[in-house]
Amino acid sequence: MAPDGAGEIEVERNEVRDGGRRPPRAVVGSHRIEEEMFGRVFDKNIVKRIWAFVRPYRARVIISVAAVLIFTATQLVIPLIIRYAIDNGMAPGEIDHPALLYSVAAFALAILINYAASYIQETVVGQMAENVLFDIRRAMFGHLQKVSLSFMDKTEVGRLMSRLQGDVNSMQEFLETSVLSVGDIVLLFGIVFVMLWLDFRLGLLTLSVMPILFIVRIFWLPRAREAFMAAHETNSVANGALAEAIHGVRAVQSMDRQQVNFTLYDDKAAANLKTHLTAAKYAQVMVPIVDSLTGLAMAFVIVVGGSMVLNGGLDVGIMVAFLFYIQRFFDPIRSLTLQYSVMQRAMASGKRLTDVLDVRIDVKDKPGAKVLSPDMDGSVEFKDVTFGYDPKQPVLKDVSFRVNPGETVALVGPTGSGKSSAMALVHRFYDVQKGEVLVGGHDVRDLTQESLGRQVAMVLQEPFLFTGTVFENIRYHKADATRDQVIEAARAVGAHDFIMSLDGGYDAILGERGGNLSLGQRQLISFARALVADAKILVLDEATANIDSYTEMLIQKALIRLLQGRTGLVIAHRLATIRGADRIIVLQNGQVIETGNHDQLMAKGGLYSKLYNLNYASFDDIPEAELEASAQSGSQT
Amino acid sequence: MSSDAIGSATKARNSFAHVEAAGWGQGLSTLLRITRMNLRHPWQVTFAIGSTIIAATLQLTIPQLLGRAVDQTQTAIGGGAEGAAAESALLISALLLLTVSILRGLFTMTQNYYAEAVGHHIGYELRLACYEKIQRLSFSFHDRVHSGDLITIGMLDLEGVRMYFSTALVRVVLLTMLIGIGAYLLISTDPVLGLLALSFVPFVGWRSSVTRLKLRATWLELQERLSVLTRVMEENLGGIRVVRAFAAQAHEMMKFDRASKSALELAHERVGIRVRNTSAMTFSFFLAMGLVLLVGGNKVVAGEISVGTLATFLTFMTILQMPVRQLGMMVNAFARASTCGSRLFGLLDLDIAVKDAPDAKPLDITDGTLRFNNVSFAYPGAQDRQVLKNVSFEARKGETVGIVGPPGSGKSTIAHLIPRFYDVTGGAITLDGQDIRKATLASLRQSVAVVQQDAFLFTTTIENNIAYGDPWAKERRIARASEFAQLHNYVLGLPAGYGTVVGERGVSLSGGQRQRLTIARTMMLKPSVIVFDDSTAAIDAATESRIRTAMRRFAKDRVTIVIAHRLSSLMHADQILFVEGGEIVERGTHEELLAKGGRYRALYDLQVRPGEEMLDEAGGGG
Ligand SMILES: Nc1ncnc2c1ncn2[C@@H]1O[C@H](COP(=O)(O)OP(=O)(O)OP(=O)(O)O)[C@@H](O)[C@H]1O
Ligand SMILES: Nc1ncnc2c1ncn2[C@@H]1O[C@H](COP(=O)(O)OP(=O)(O)OP(=O)(O)O)[C@@H](O)[C@H]1O
Ligand SMILES: [Mg+2]
Ligand SMILES: [Mg+2]
Repeated sequence: MAPDGAGEIEVERNEVRDGGRRPPRAVVGSHRIEEEMFGRVFDKNIVKRIWAFVRPYRARVIISVAAVLIFTATQLVIPLIIRYAIDNGMAPGEIDHPALLYSVAAFALAILINYAASYIQETVVGQMAENVLFDIRRAMFGHLQKVSLSFMDKTEVGRLMSRLQGDVNSMQEFLETSVLSVGDIVLLFGIVFVMLWLDFRLGLLTLSVMPILFIVRIFWLPRAREAFMAAHETNSVANGALAEAIHGVRAVQSMDRQQVNFTLYDDKAAANLKTHLTAAKYAQVMVPIVDSLTGLAMAFVIVVGGSMVLNGGLDVGIMVAFLFYIQRFFDPIRSLTLQYSVMQRAMASGKRLTDVLDVRIDVKDKPGAKVLSPDMDGSVEFKDVTFGYDPKQPVLKDVSFRVNPGETVALVGPTGSGKSSAMALVHRFYDVQKGEVLVGGHDVRDLTQESLGRQVAMVLQEPFLFTGTVFENIRYHKADATRDQVIEAARAVGAHDFIMSLDGGYDAILGERGGNLSLGQRQLISFARALVADAKILVLDEATANIDSYTEMLIQKALIRLLQGRTGLVIAHRLATIRGADRIIVLQNGQVIETGNHDQLMAKGGLYSKLYNLNYASFDDIPEAELEASAQSGSQT
Repeated sequence: MSSDAIGSATKARNSFAHVEAAGWGQGLSTLLRITRMNLRHPWQVTFAIGSTIIAATLQLTIPQLLGRAVDQTQTAIGGGAEGAAAESALLISALLLLTVSILRGLFTMTQNYYAEAVGHHIGYELRLACYEKIQRLSFSFHDRVHSGDLITIGMLDLEGVRMYFSTALVRVVLLTMLIGIGAYLLISTDPVLGLLALSFVPFVGWRSSVTRLKLRATWLELQERLSVLTRVMEENLGGIRVVRAFAAQAHEMMKFDRASKSALELAHERVGIRVRNTSAMTFSFFLAMGLVLLVGGNKVVAGEISVGTLATFLTFMTILQMPVRQLGMMVNAFARASTCGSRLFGLLDLDIAVKDAPDAKPLDITDGTLRFNNVSFAYPGAQDRQVLKNVSFEARKGETVGIVGPPGSGKSTIAHLIPRFYDVTGGAITLDGQDIRKATLASLRQSVAVVQQDAFLFTTTIENNIAYGDPWAKERRIARASEFAQLHNYVLGLPAGYGTVVGERGVSLSGGQRQRLTIARTMMLKPSVIVFDDSTAAIDAATESRIRTAMRRFAKDRVTIVIAHRLSSLMHADQILFVEGGEIVERGTHEELLAKGGRYRALYDLQVRPGEEMLDEAGGGG
């Protein structure tokens, strides 16, 4: 350490402090742009994947499409009925009362059918969309339970949550509207057909305005797509930043970053505002165009159709029907235009959803994997294990050791030496690159993960508790554990007393991640949870690091009985923690450098004895050379 | 089991987000408030509403023009001589129609654009307000409210409020205009037919108000159930290692299914309510149209009105068809805005528990003496449980205070009180004689730094994480701080060095690396008081002792508080406090405490004396 380290830090801080500038090194939210760049409106593969979720509801799809068709048909028929009524029921002079009555009866029938069809279609579609939505979410959630932890390590919870919610919701919107679009398209063709049938020339004339619309769209589309995508992206950027602010609020407040973060967030929110305004412009610019074309078509009908009526070449009823149809004609066009952005959003979301569903499951049960029986001996063996999170950078190198049944073995070593990683391998959180890990004499890759998990209980370095009662947390997945078992485990780890002092005792509700408990208390509860799991092998990764030695000693005493006949693997930095261990394995830089019991290792005078001495000796007395020696291990892992 | 889990999760829901389905009163005041917010953009609102009125008026003239054109063809049928005149009359009608259509399109565009613009501006303001509020709300709030619920408010509820103007308000204006002017025109043309044409309006009005209330209640309940689902998913993903470690996937799926199913049921119900409403409205509309046809037809036959007039009536009704269908959506939008608004405003209106006093002054630090004066404290969430009782101590610049004690004894609580994450409930904490409650929060938090026990790392580069508290820092200073925390060499060994992105809560770092990063991050600040809350527990003794050596320089001109379980971490403190049950039960230097032979001594013995005999001995005694 340079002698003047601290002083220098302060001088520089004053030099660079400059409230006016945007901080160069600050960001809020973490956003990977590449994911959002999916702008296609239609992608066969994605549609196929989504269809797989809709398939189970085929019958309902058919019903609702049928209902849509009927609905559309009634929409088409109503103007025809009106036309009939005008031409036959009320032609001046020739009074034909029954025709009017017939048409009113037909009209009544049409609206009844219309009502029923729209009711069926909307209910069926709406509920089906909800079902599909929940199914997709369930499939993703289920898949995430299986994907390898290396994927989960890299991916923030917030990002996955936005897949499970935001993207799933835009799929729902798409599903709901797409059945309606079917109706729209049918309506469009139906109207074209009916108009041509009523009067071919007038029909053609009316349709002649359509090419203008297509030309306009050719120019509009690419720009609009870009604008919609930009809006979508800035929105998820801003949401990501908000999620970060929520999760990291304690860190933000303790480092007084609110002001800086607010400025940065303002930038993102303002960018979001801007892109949304642009997108709104693009979406709305089509409105006057469509309206003008409607007006143009109607003008044609009035001028041309009107003069045909004047010349007696056309019934006035047909002209009225035309005017009706033209107004109805542009409605589906308008909603299909809106549908465009929904489609595009849905495709982008569908892409992200299928990406999650397609995450490879690296660690999975072999076909015919064996079930690890609870009567296995409980031995653990590492044989020449090489492992790295990135295969190019091994974290464990040729590690071999054996833990005999019923033995308690301690793993010690500098931080980052690979202790937690080794324990993760016992549980097959990851697969080794070389060598093998044996539990109960079986390669973990030959066992079902479920049975392996039931025989290896872990207290993780970071205690994680769920929202819910203390009781539920300790019992966790062992639904058959009794209250007495839970209390016994809590007593063993010395948690009983403080639990009883909580408001509600074992039924006290824990906050998010157990936030209303102290860290040590959380650790005790997660310890108790591992005891209740009643597994043959118990892995304690710094299980008592945040607990004082006295409490720890009480736990160790209680454990002696509970651990009888079980294998223990203990990681600890406080070497007093491991004094009960049968054997000690010292890891450094991913390699086993020493093994033996306490006395043997102390006699050897290696890393262990140095670490041990450091534990209680005054650090003033440690010779610089010794510090240097351990420096190589400490920070270069 | 699972039903309990969901049950208690529901019970645990925060009371503030749970808005009573109080019916009209509460809903209306929320809607009024959103409306007032909208009015703060007077120009855009004027444009939007003005265009809506003009567009609606133009739209209403279309049936008139069409009717006129139809009549023009009718009158001419009798006499051929008038043919040419009729044709030019038709041409005029056609041109008028075209002009009106174009104008209507333009005004509709303006209406929609400005309506959306108002919404987006409000969305922007609310986003900022939400972000700022969440950042400022004190720890006790965040202890109580689940982060998933805040995310729901900040994203989904905000959307509901943002959409209010365009999907609810503007539509009301549009519908009122269409129906109002239409009613006037129709009734003045033919009172009977006019009343018939509008006969659906009262029914629709009644349905909407009934449905709005029903939908609001369903919305509220659905949001709650979705929150539970969110929580289940979020905790599962956040605690995925625990899930895997216990092979509890099946259990988690069960939890998920239960939450999911209860939300799905309600979602179905909501679809039902909505559809029943829309269909009934559409039906009543068509019914009115049928009546017009029947009665109007008879009138035409009787020669009371022309075919053109009937066509006007019918065209008018087709114009209304779309808005009537939209009425359902409008009702939904009102219901949504009022529920979402209640939740959002519930958050924005919250009082911040820990904030600057009205007469707060920036801290003026000269000596840098920290004093605890008979401090008592209970967490706001559990007020009858005193966590600290009459804690008093003093530390001067350059001094180190060590704190030890069993889990839950209140050590972290002491650390949390100094930067005012919570306010003391009794006694006072002073810095250089100034009560910290009288100082501005910003100045206080710049003078007090806490290395938290369970630290949150941001998903960004190591460099940005270290510079979090001082984003203007130069690279050299970042490297210094990281050397200080014994992290520098490790970082240099990484392929991307300081540019390596670390994950949320630092998953891709080992426990000790994460703690060292947290220490480095705190070293960047320039505090007068620095607290290490058990922040070397996952660091081996050798590395820790190097950190401590480095610390000695740093500690010279500030107060250092070290909370630790490993006694070698704090044995050199000027003063060691042994805390138990929220009280200081022993205090003194290492030597004094050893000599005293109390609890501290017992801990010391446990840590330094090797071997089994300790267990036996303690077992006999305790
Ligand atoms: N999920 C992960 N992804 C990538 N790298 C990781 C991951 N977890 C750990 N590492 C890296 O692997 C190395 C070994 O980490 P490990 O957690 O096994 O150390 P450890 O011995 O348990 O240290 P500590 O005592 O600090 O907990 C470290 O350099 C760490 O940065
Ligand atoms: N946010 C909170 N809301 C309510 N009670 C809390 C909260 N945080 C802590 N407590 C309670 O206050 C007491 C003191 O907790 P504190 O975190 O100060 O303990 P600690 O001494 O730091 O323990 P450890 O050594 O385990 O970290 C404990 O009983 C704990 O359950
Ligand atoms: Mg570890
Ligand atoms: Mg603590």
